[in-house]
Amino acid sequence: MQQYTGKSVYGGIALGKALIFHKKEGKVRRKHIEDVETEILRVDEAREKAREELQKLYDKAVIEVGEQNAMIFQVHQMMLEDQDYMDSIIYMIRNEQINAEYAVASTGDNFAELFSSMDDDYMKERAADVRDVSNRLIKILQGKADGSLLMEQPYILVADDLAPSETLQLDKTKVLAFVTRKGSTNSHTAILARMMNIPALIGVEYDENCDGKDAIVDGYEGIFIIEPIEEISDSMKEKQRKIMYKKKLQQELKGKENVTIDGRRIGIYANIGSVSDVASVLQNDAEGIGLFRSEFLYLGKDRFPTEEEQFQTYKTVLESMAGKKVVIRTLDIGADKQADYFGLEKEENPAMGYRAIRICLNQPDIFRTQLRAIYRASIYGTVAIMYPMIISVDEVKKIKGIVQSVKDELTLQGIPFNNVEQGIMIETPAAVMISDLLAKEVDFFSIGTNDLTQYTLAIDRQNPKLDFIYDSHHPAILRMIQMVIENGHKGGCWVGICGELGGDITLIEEFLRMGLDEVSVSPNLILSLREKVRNTDLKADRPKDK
Amino acid sequence: MKEFSYIIKDQLGIHARPAGLLVKKASAFKSDITIAKAAKTADLKRIFGIMGLGVKQGDEIIIKITGEDEEEAFTTIEEFIKENL
Repeated sequence: MQQYTGKSVYGGIALGKALIFHKKEGKVRRKHIEDVETEILRVDEAREKAREELQKLYDKAVIEVGEQNAMIFQVHQMMLEDQDYMDSIIYMIRNEQINAEYAVASTGDNFAELFSSMDDDYMKERAADVRDVSNRLIKILQGKADGSLLMEQPYILVADDLAPSETLQLDKTKVLAFVTRKGSTNSHTAILARMMNIPALIGVEYDENCDGKDAIVDGYEGIFIIEPIEEISDSMKEKQRKIMYKKKLQQELKGKENVTIDGRRIGIYANIGSVSDVASVLQNDAEGIGLFRSEFLYLGKDRFPTEEEQFQTYKTVLESMAGKKVVIRTLDIGADKQADYFGLEKEENPAMGYRAIRICLNQPDIFRTQLRAIYRASIYGTVAIMYPMIISVDEVKKIKGIVQSVKDELTLQGIPFNNVEQGIMIETPAAVMISDLLAKEVDFFSIGTNDLTQYTLAIDRQNPKLDFIYDSHHPAILRMIQMVIENGHKGGCWVGICGELGGDITLIEEFLRMGLDEVSVSPNLILSLREKVRNTDLKADRPKDK
Repeated sequence: MKEFSYIIKDQLGIHARPAGLLVKKASAFKSDITIAKAAKTADLKRIFGIMGLGVKQGDEIIIKITGEDEEEAFTTIEEFIKENL
């Protein structure tokens, strides 16, 4: 048994025969030619043929991997038609009186080098595209058929690196996993693996003698095992079986309602912290976004984000969600999590310091910019706003005043916006105690259980020494949640939870009984929560109270 | 001649896909169209040139258009860039 490690670009487990993919790269020899014009004509003809091949590949890719991913083959066509690229090939043929194959190979190397030397990982990867285009031309010039892998049995594909056109020509029903020596998380192999939902490892320094041997790929641990001993393959099979079962179950749950056996519905939404999280929100079939943390717009910068930058980000998210609700939480930054340009002083106790809505109300320019951006984006979908760290009715009234003046300003400027639901985070014990009063002011409550727990139990979340007394199911917290739900409903508000407790599978039944309307959780928890909800019957005997 | 400048907002900068789309748009016009980043200039009808600029998020680009259909080219290209980059 041999074991190699690599970087996993997609999880999953595969067991099967390893098969090394050797590129059918024809050796290119430099030859002296006399008839320059015929040689140039050959390039033109080969280019035409390559264009046709790429068009076919594009059409195939659109169906198999979608238009976005298929675009790479249009890019290849453009590379093929690039004037600089062709000029270089023709110039070499004329000037050095060399054969077309050699001119293409040299030009391809030069252009690939251009990309390899760029200081951008993404652009570096594109060198592979240039080589792919050049190899295609060379193969046609040499009269070789487009190479494709044909295998009867499913196999684990092992290769030095795979060009985009090679990955596409594979019979995908036969590939169990990808293992490559080169490649990156941006490479086509990685993208394809994600699309095909099969494990993939990169950076694996495998030995050539693994060809044809039994192998295992563990895409969770980043391990590639050759000729595994029986115990290992048995345990891997078991692990695979469990994962497959879970995946299948979850696949079945997609598109299903979050409703209990006796018909009680609950909204299951997703929390996101950046635009890129939206993909997994959609994949996991969330009803919407219940907590869009807007901090990433402010962090990692050396100045405040402009209204336009924020607007574009909100618009992108709203458009991607196609009408599903998106709840944006306004700036929640404090001395513990900030950017230098905020100029916040170091604080003894940042969790209870100058943060979140306190900054927004004290420095309304920052707040107004964000509100304007959200309202402008509101016409691209269904948006709601929630304000963090509320402790008083007065704060909410001030916020409403600012919101009104932002709306008036937009109206005056003739900028359109939609109605935006207004809500607050309930994450301080103060907000819980006056939730009856707050409910009259807003449209919804979202309970931030993480902060609420730390403020209520007086336990610093960051201090590991306190773990032994930390109880996330503390009755004080559960009673507070009950109280907020009751007061919210009396005041006409819907009530959700966006903290970690919302994703706690052991509590969801209790929350349903309390009358909770929504939970917002990390995208990967959505389907397992849905499963739990669908198997719950609130009419059945209530479990004995603790 | 018409020209405009623009600051790239897309997280990936001008990567392969938008570069390809730009070439497509630009090639539809007779005008000469160039794209410049700092001191480097490239032909907007040539994909290697555009990608070779390595334009990233936050970079300023300047597009210059000269030719008989420059008005129309200006509108189309400006609109495309604003919407996609």
